[in-house]
Amino acid sequence: MKTVAIVDYGAGNLFSLMKALRYVGASPTLVETPEAVEGSEALIIPGVGAFPAGMKALQERGLVSAVQTYAQSGKPLLGICLGAQLLMSDGYEFGHTQGLGCVPGRVIKFPDLAPGYRVPNINWNPVEPPEQASPKYWQGTPLAHTLPGSQYYFVHSFICEPEDDQDILAQTTYGGFPFCSVYRRGNIVGSQFHPEKSGEVGLQFLKTFLDNL
Amino acid sequence: MKPIRLISRIDLKGKNAVKGIQLEGIRVVGDPCQMAQRYYHDGADELFLLDVVASLYERDLDLELIKHIAQQVFIPITVGGRIRSIEQIREVLRSGADKVALNTGAIANPSVLAHAVEAFGAQCIVLSIEAKRKTDGQWEAYTESGRQKTGLDAVAWAKRGIQLGVGELLITSIDAEGMRAGFDLELMNAITAFSPVPVIAHGGAASPASIQQVIVKTGVDAVSAASMFHYMQYTPREVKAVLHKAGIAVRV
Repeated sequence: MKTVAIVDYGAGNLFSLMKALRYVGASPTLVETPEAVEGSEALIIPGVGAFPAGMKALQERGLVSAVQTYAQSGKPLLGICLGAQLLMSDGYEFGHTQGLGCVPGRVIKFPDLAPGYRVPNINWNPVEPPEQASPKYWQGTPLAHTLPGSQYYFVHSFICEPEDDQDILAQTTYGGFPFCSVYRRGNIVGSQFHPEKSGEVGLQFLKTFLDNL
Repeated sequence: MKPIRLISRIDLKGKNAVKGIQLEGIRVVGDPCQMAQRYYHDGADELFLLDVVASLYERDLDLELIKHIAQQVFIPITVGGRIRSIEQIREVLRSGADKVALNTGAIANPSVLAHAVEAFGAQCIVLSIEAKRKTDGQWEAYTESGRQKTGLDAVAWAKRGIQLGVGELLITSIDAEGMRAGFDLELMNAITAFSPVPVIAHGGAASPASIQQVIVKTGVDAVSAASMFHYMQYTPREVKAVLHKAGIAVRV
């Protein structure tokens, strides 16, 4: 059974994620100390909530440098929703907040969208490879067994904007605006959607992440 | 066309799933755990669980039941019922809810909405408004599952909620609820006319056609239904197949 550690910083939907991981055959544990984070073999940063509150919670638990050290270790790291956002360098929710900086880029609010499209984007949206990506672009990533256009559940007002286009693993269009829905930079993957809440395709995403460990 | 969600709503009383008419005269319709399972497998995009008597009896939500329901369901779950503090929201989220819906608690203390948004993000705070038509054609917000008048204008209260930062509005028409005779389109239009955040329509779902109508005529972002799924007239997937055919973007 694959062991995977989930960072417990008081701002995540841990229950849902744990049960989804168990369902796909993993053994999830919660970690909340710097030592435990750095000692993990596979790490997930979950997240529900606001960027500044999330960073503050990590700081209060002394986890900022632990996550940064872990990210540099080359071991697998998955950020989900706010977790994916916190891994970026800069957040712009309620003003500017410095992020973990493991993935260069910023987290910004949705720009003006087509009429009728509201924010937050609380929807099942299709996830596609970036234009001109090779058909094998998703191989070896948690999206390896995903059909382009599969729908995942999103709940967010802010989006990740990686500095390097090469980091964009998948994109999604909402209200006429294409944004990065999954990024990958080396050992780090971040998904803006919630795989633990996306039914069968979401469970497959988590299972593939685990299978790749 | 923007995507539309179809939400299965289950009202809870104790360990039972119940259903009323105009939020009153409730009767038991089944085991909420089994029903949640069924709706998950039958294509619901989300579940909404509401303890309809928690506020009335001043009894807290049954978190063990929520945990149990959430156990085998891998779609979003919104939970409501006498939620009134940050600490409580944290507990409900930790029990498997993805979003919380506040009605009575928010009217009693509107600032809890702003605090909750700051702590957990707008996207998981839903303002639930139960609106009843007045003789002048406007709507009044009610609390305690449609039992208690508040004197608040429902539309003004929705605007206030948005100012306080909520991420979603759940609009229940008390007049239409449980009647299976279609939605209060005017009420939904009065809300979608200004709301920058997603609007969920509840109350009156009678058929796929009535759901199609509220989507097309009012611009709501999601539709919630209870009876038509409880009594197995339709599954969520069947409803979405009809919507899909009509050109509405749904997850099929």
